[in-house]
Amino acid sequence: MSNASPQSDSFEELAMPLFDQLYNFARWLTQNGDDAEDLVQETYVKALKGFSSFRLGTNFRAWMYRILRNTFLTSRTGLKETATLPIDPEESQSVVPADRDTPESIFMDRSNQGWLQHAIEELPVHYREILLLCDMEEMSYQEISETLCIPMGTVMSRLSRARKALRSRLGTQLQKRVNHGL
Amino acid sequence: MACESWKADLDAYVDGELTENKRHDFETHLRTCLSCAGAILFRVQMKRAIQIAGKRYTPGAEFRRRLQRDIRAKQPHRLRSRWTLAAVVLATSIVAGVTSVHLERVRLHSDSVYGEIADLHVSTLASSSPVDVISSDRHTVKPWFQGKIPFTFNLPELETSEFSLVGGRVTYLDQTPGAQLIYQIRKHRISVFVFAEDSLAGKLPLHSGTGRTRSFNSETWSQAGLRYFVIGDASASDIRSLSGLLKTAGV
Repeated sequence: MSNASPQSDSFEELAMPLFDQLYNFARWLTQNGDDAEDLVQETYVKALKGFSSFRLGTNFRAWMYRILRNTFLTSRTGLKETATLPIDPEESQSVVPADRDTPESIFMDRSNQGWLQHAIEELPVHYREILLLCDMEEMSYQEISETLCIPMGTVMSRLSRARKALRSRLGTQLQKRVNHGL
Repeated sequence: MACESWKADLDAYVDGELTENKRHDFETHLRTCLSCAGAILFRVQMKRAIQIAGKRYTPGAEFRRRLQRDIRAKQPHRLRSRWTLAAVVLATSIVAGVTSVHLERVRLHSDSVYGEIADLHVSTLASSSPVDVISSDRHTVKPWFQGKIPFTFNLPELETSEFSLVGGRVTYLDQTPGAQLIYQIRKHRISVFVFAEDSLAGKLPLHSGTGRTRSFNSETWSQAGLRYFVIGDASASDIRSLSGLLKTAGV
């Protein structure tokens, strides 16, 4: 595998195909259009500056997502989001499989997509990001580990908890709908 | 293995993260376990729903243009000397007149070759038997081509990468036989075409490089007398990574 540094003029060629998905991810993180644009803009500027240190043959996508995510975490919105997170004991616990018998399958219907999106938005940012990287971006555990700079074991346990948290929120929403006779 | 022991692997199975042997054992278990099969079905549906719901936001065209403009402005210029730049501009203008007609012909021909490669890729994936030799082992796939094509080639070691080899088949481009290999990364399948460069001489005025053909990402290069084409709907960086592995193996 080549470890050569890339040519600076190949940055655009490598980075622009990721533009749409990076913006989408940024929007999910910031939950605001202007902040998402700022975040993507800053990510590309930082990536271009550091491109000479990127090694060809390694995972460019994970590298870009890592820059975006780190930029978000140090932004005003990111600091606010992470400052309100409860202490998460996940790193010291084993993987707990989630229960499958839930009524939330109703939310999988396309007509209820808004409810699912709302439930994802409500998740704490560290659950939201890992869920989207795995299920939306189809990243492997290894790629997620590189992007979030966490061990593989933590990827698995955090993902399991994120899914459980999402199911729990969907259950709550469903209960509200039932109570309101919707 | 008892049913309870499999519960911890439900997510890893749906995410495609089990080893081949473990996946095989798990699928054997699934055939007889309604509980695990139901749990898997639920997870697959949920994963799919999140995938659809997740693709929610699209950047504006103006933002894209602005970002591209900024990147281009910030990229270091290679030609720093004004005199060098002036000389290049002068030389280019002289040569351009002579070569423009030729280049246009080359471009049109190259476009049609890429179109044919894209057709081969699509028709292979649409086939009920996309590969003639089905194996993830490069030491099985490579020897299978012996006597079927007039050259040999090396395949990369994939253990440390995300790519997996699906198999291979013999293919033809402009009546020239070659090898088509199918690789997989996540849900995406990528075709790698290999032809002897001398058999294509004069037929394909192609230059090495990357590109997009009918929204497929592609890369082509010449190495050790062979012409490689890599094409698929995977991202440009995935195509580039696989090409990098093939280039290393082909040295």
